[in-house]
Amino acid sequence: MIEVHDLTKRYGRKTAVDGLSFTVRPGHVTGFLGPNGAGKTTTLRMILGLDAPTRGTATVGGVPFRSHRRGLRHVGALLDATHLHGGRSARAHLSALARSNGLPARRVDEVLREVGLTEVAQQRVGGFSLGMKQRLGIATALLGDPPVLLFDEPINGMDPEGVLWVRHLFRRLAAEGRTVFLSSHLMTEMENTADQLVVIGQGRMVAAESLASFAGRGSRRSVLVRTPRDAELAALLTAAGARVESAEEVDSGVRTLTVTGLLAEEIGTLAFDHRIILHELATRTASLEDAFMELTADRVDYLAGQPR
Amino acid sequence: MSTDTATSAAPPPSRSESVAEPPARFRDLVAAEWIKVWSLRSTPWTLLVSTLFVVGTATLEAIDDYRAFPNMNPAMQREPMFALSDAFPLMGYWTLALVAVSAGAIVVVGEYGSGLIRTTTVAVPARESVVLAKAVVVTALWTVTGTIAASGAFTVSQAILSGRDAAISITEPVALRALVAAALLPTVCALIGLGLGVLIRHGATTMVTGIFTLLMLPQFFSIRTRWSAEINHAMVLTAWERLTAMWAPPSGDGFYRPGVAESWVVYAAWPLVAIALALIVVRRRDV
Repeated sequence: MIEVHDLTKRYGRKTAVDGLSFTVRPGHVTGFLGPNGAGKTTTLRMILGLDAPTRGTATVGGVPFRSHRRGLRHVGALLDATHLHGGRSARAHLSALARSNGLPARRVDEVLREVGLTEVAQQRVGGFSLGMKQRLGIATALLGDPPVLLFDEPINGMDPEGVLWVRHLFRRLAAEGRTVFLSSHLMTEMENTADQLVVIGQGRMVAAESLASFAGRGSRRSVLVRTPRDAELAALLTAAGARVESAEEVDSGVRTLTVTGLLAEEIGTLAFDHRIILHELATRTASLEDAFMELTADRVDYLAGQPR
Repeated sequence: MSTDTATSAAPPPSRSESVAEPPARFRDLVAAEWIKVWSLRSTPWTLLVSTLFVVGTATLEAIDDYRAFPNMNPAMQREPMFALSDAFPLMGYWTLALVAVSAGAIVVVGEYGSGLIRTTTVAVPARESVVLAKAVVVTALWTVTGTIAASGAFTVSQAILSGRDAAISITEPVALRALVAAALLPTVCALIGLGLGVLIRHGATTMVTGIFTLLMLPQFFSIRTRWSAEINHAMVLTAWERLTAMWAPPSGDGFYRPGVAESWVVYAAWPLVAIALALIVVRRRDV
């Protein structure tokens, strides 16, 4: 369990994190979402006791993380996969960390096997790809078998097979009853992994709720239909319980229907049954991405043409 | 579009957050730092090359005086003042000081530079203990290296000089004092480097500061005026020179020279202050 209350961090005049309050519960994968520069990493660093908050508190398992003399049995964290000494082997890196916390040496072999780095354990990590460094970072986090795990952008640089593996791992860790807190600026990543969300923008809270209810805040899912017999189809769709908005395209004069409440398959079947020809039938998806963009639109720090 | 997973549907199994934990032992931290230091290829090379360099310069100095001996004046031949300065030559020990201050600094600036310090601090939130563990490892490495280098340099140089009956025995108190001071010089320098590394964190800046403080700073303070001499005496290399010298003329001839006891205090004070400052700063600062 991670509890954050009124957490604030100022660097001079710049407020990086402004009054965040949220709770991350065990047994779930909780996504920590926000545009680049929103303050995610600063928040994680305060939870881990690396940075002292200007105001507010962050506790893990009811106590500030810094009050522990050794950390690996309490929290596992991957902040940045490149936080390594390139001259050391993966095994030496993990062995030193295990030893510092009085963990048995066999834990090193276990986590190396878990992340699939056993074969390259003796190689110097300077030669590792980013994906392999991410795996080593995850191995580091798992070393102390901790009840709370934090990962900052863990899938950066991973190949598709690695991404699938890591998603499965996060779900498994949560199913074991652990608290899994996972930051990303990629909404799509959360869609496939998290079931709870904490969303921030410009250091402030945007939302803290289940992924499903967060998705519900965005534009409703809709199906775009184009047909020459639009009025006829609109009536049929309305009768079938859908909500239909009709609009005329300015330049072409073609009428399109925006349908909510029916799936594309159902609309297609209905049109076929009534021998109505369709010129276009398209589901407007990405409602989660929409929700994210809508809610964080005024909270993006670095706009470069397009937000993210 | 539903992204609910099986894990969220089922009530989460309870899992205790308080794990049975063995006591946090300082010697585990020392062992961890020991693993870190020896897992870098540069460590054995640095220690070996600096030892050979010190023994090598002592050998060359002794050979020089061995050859020059027949032409020295009789007083010098009777009382060979060069026996100790051959065993602990300036060039060899300035180089050793430079290497040791850099090596002490690298133990910590290497972690700041790569970001590894954050991984370390998450694993061990007791930051002061990490600095102390590093200090223990640095002390062990450089005291052993310094002792081997100083003993080797002393033995080889005196073996050469004994050919002219100009050697000094280690049983002479002044020789033993010089040997201990020479053996401890790299430890003193490496601990200063470690402390500076924690304070400055930036690799190159730490090296330049360390080398400037140890080697250059004493040059700015002459021993001709009292106040300037006091500052000069507070420098590590001034203390080293006094402790490894066979004899120093008493002050009063227009020069102010440090005493032996004063020099030992300087030797101890620098590393202690450097590590103490590091402990204060590391506790307060964001990592």
